[in-house]
Amino acid sequence: MGMDMKEKIRDFHQARWDEPVIFELSAPGERGILVPEGGPEVEAAGKEAMAALPAGMLRAAPPALPEMGQMKVVKHFLRLSQENLGADFNIDIGQGTCTMKYSPKVNDKLAASPKVADLHPLQDESTLQGALEILYKTEQLLKSISGLDRFCLHPGGGSQALSGIAAIIRAWVDDQGLQDTKDEIVTTIFSHPSNPAVAKLKGFKVITIYPDPVTGRPDFEAFKAAVSDRTAALMITNPEDIGLYNDRIKEFTDLVHAHGGICSYDQANANGILGITRAKEAGFDLCFFNIHKTFSSPHGCGGPGCGVIGVAEHLVPYLPIPLVSHCEKGGRYYLDTDPPKTVGKIKDFYGVLPAVVRAYAWIMNLGAEGLLEVARVSILNNNYVFRKVLKMKGAGAPPYAEGEHRMEQVRYSFQRLKDETGIGFAEVQNRIFDYAGHIWSSHEPFIVPEPFTIEPTESYSKDELDEYLAILGRIVEEAYADPEMLKHAPHRSVIHHVDHDYLDDPKRWAITWRMYKKRFDGYFEPKKG
Amino acid sequence: MFRLGLIVNPVAGMGGRVGLKGTDGAESLARARELGAVPLAPARAGQALAVLLPALDSIRLLTCPGAMGEAAAVACGLPCETVDLRPGAETGPDDTKAAARMMADRGVDLLLFAGGDGTARDIADAVGERVPCLGIPAGVKIHSAVFASTPLHAGELALALARGKRPRLHLAEVMDIDEEAFRGGEVRSRLYGYLSVPGDRRRMQGQKAGTPKSEKAMQEAIAHDILERLSPDVLALVGPGSTTRELKRLLGREGTLLGVDAFKGGRLVGEDCNERRLLELIALEPGGNVRIVVTPIGGQGFLFGRGNQQFSPEVLRRADREGIWIASTQGKLAALGGSPLKIDTGDSALDRELMGYYKAVTGYHESVMVRVEA
Repeated sequence: MGMDMKEKIRDFHQARWDEPVIFELSAPGERGILVPEGGPEVEAAGKEAMAALPAGMLRAAPPALPEMGQMKVVKHFLRLSQENLGADFNIDIGQGTCTMKYSPKVNDKLAASPKVADLHPLQDESTLQGALEILYKTEQLLKSISGLDRFCLHPGGGSQALSGIAAIIRAWVDDQGLQDTKDEIVTTIFSHPSNPAVAKLKGFKVITIYPDPVTGRPDFEAFKAAVSDRTAALMITNPEDIGLYNDRIKEFTDLVHAHGGICSYDQANANGILGITRAKEAGFDLCFFNIHKTFSSPHGCGGPGCGVIGVAEHLVPYLPIPLVSHCEKGGRYYLDTDPPKTVGKIKDFYGVLPAVVRAYAWIMNLGAEGLLEVARVSILNNNYVFRKVLKMKGAGAPPYAEGEHRMEQVRYSFQRLKDETGIGFAEVQNRIFDYAGHIWSSHEPFIVPEPFTIEPTESYSKDELDEYLAILGRIVEEAYADPEMLKHAPHRSVIHHVDHDYLDDPKRWAITWRMYKKRFDGYFEPKKG
Repeated sequence: MFRLGLIVNPVAGMGGRVGLKGTDGAESLARARELGAVPLAPARAGQALAVLLPALDSIRLLTCPGAMGEAAAVACGLPCETVDLRPGAETGPDDTKAAARMMADRGVDLLLFAGGDGTARDIADAVGERVPCLGIPAGVKIHSAVFASTPLHAGELALALARGKRPRLHLAEVMDIDEEAFRGGEVRSRLYGYLSVPGDRRRMQGQKAGTPKSEKAMQEAIAHDILERLSPDVLALVGPGSTTRELKRLLGREGTLLGVDAFKGGRLVGEDCNERRLLELIALEPGGNVRIVVTPIGGQGFLFGRGNQQFSPEVLRRADREGIWIASTQGKLAALGGSPLKIDTGDSALDRELMGYYKAVTGYHESVMVRVEA
């Protein structure tokens, strides 16, 4: 018998293998494959090649790679995979802002086809016509989804797309000789933090707008006070992470344009607006989408990811190269390195082809009406969950936009639960692992206290949404009945407690095994001497 | 072995239940007793201590005799030794201060104290930033940021440290509310001092975001931003607070944590200035080249009128509006939950003039638009 479908609470227990780090499994001399001796000819060629390398580039000792037989390797990784909780296992709607929707397996099949997987990026473009055609056609689809005029599909993720956008803004400012007068970029606190980060990276000063406490939208009066002739650009997310669409967005872009600046639209997550509103009509000169969110390719860890940058006509000359163009006459597709003021290359070769293949398949499968349906269902699902969470004891949402519905996600708060039981978000986050779930807080700083963010997407059925809500409801009940038990959660997971303090203290970071061995013994015990 | 100090102010909080707004001073204590008030702080301290029982073997508790700690420890079964303090029948601020000094001298790893703002003030007087301290909230007035949000949380934080977690210390404000005025319905607070407090993202009052480590880094970044914009011919009047202290440090002087220091051309030209001294310095600037660098106080968001009254209406009028530079960490702004910053200079016409939007520096080349209201 499985779980009671009425109660919807699983008697879950995570697998626990207590699996060592792969380096600890290494046995000197053990091998996965025994490579045959090359014979004198190969040996001679090898020596010749080695001799050609400068002495300074040669290792004194071979790299300390783990030495293991194949069977051990297979077991190691399968065990680790069982200690995991991926999007294909759990109801992954607690990872708000990430749009953890279903990625159809048939698209994986297309991406894994030898026609894609066996291509070499240095192949002559005459032999890459199919791949180039997919890149070109995907670009045409993205143009019509955003209303912008040209796309670069290279970036390997959202932050890289944003960094490409910041490079374009920098090039545009410098090109006009405005570097001394336009040195500010305006953003909002609920825009993704990579927006201000890349602005800083490109030498701009960043001014951040907080929300209006009543409407929850960026405070337009504050925005007016921030924008001036020094404003190079606006970099803004809409709808913002709290799930509210800024319906005055055109006034924001108009104001920036009136001061001679340009506007970049962070549409990493466009799941709630597909077919409803576009960057062009909102007055934007640039935008980007995360293919691995809205367009159904898996996220970075399962991907890799892909962010795509779109620009209006006047910024096309600055796009990263190469673009993919089509020669109408000969009917050929080719790598176009032409944009005269290009910011250069931002990713090797021409981007993450498998992600684009999946997105192309996904968009073509749904069509324009299907995309609109995606947005409508994701909004419907979200507002269903929204109503249910608001009724939950101890949970709430910030008092913005009272009575209004939300877009595709909501930022909630467990402040009341914390006040009444001492159990805050962090304890709920630990406990939900015991029910095969996961929940995420928000980016820092925590403007919403004890935050959590839920984004149901269009993929989930009402049954599954109810299951997730039942889990949250159970944990809230537990918080009131037995807060002590929650403080020691998780009880049925791989690791009992993760000490996050290490993340805050660079002195205790060990991001490689070698670094760990240098600094620590056992479990993070500082090395003596 | 973790050496834990504990000081209980047995009379803290007695005024609260009987409607008195505080228990500072012998008279209000007597009045509280008349109204039937009973000591609460020992029980609150007991709640925190009870959390420590599972780590009994790794804690050495050093406390004060009798109601100032020993009784609470014995009541919950926690063995303790006491410092050599002989308080009279009525304990007072001098006992708290003496006990805190003795514990600091004995090298406690953490000093827990149960009380309110008044107790925090005494601890700050006695040990300053020498010892990590943490308040168990037991007073009527808890305006200082040195208290855990509940006694249980204070206990949990101490337990974590006793179990080997390394404390991440930061300076937290000790606020001083004028009880007389408070009884009259008026909140008149000032920044009294700072204690070195172990941070825990979740367990400290008002600590809604950021970590002590990154908070320090942010304060340095803010200071660098301001320093870059301060031209040598400008008179900079730098207000109190740990955020602005980083700027004072960068300008080469420790300056005063609680006072207004004046700098010009990279030199300290006035230390801990009162209003008159500020006006004298401003008078030397015929070009009106004056900047006021100020940080919102505590979790209340007051920009002027609390904790920095040296910036009087007259001083503020001399620096023009553009000359007011606000510095704040993002965490501090986030903790205000979207409320505007407040001014209460005592001159309502000036308050109205100063209302509006300002760019608050939150990092190097980073700012947030903040609304200032009277």
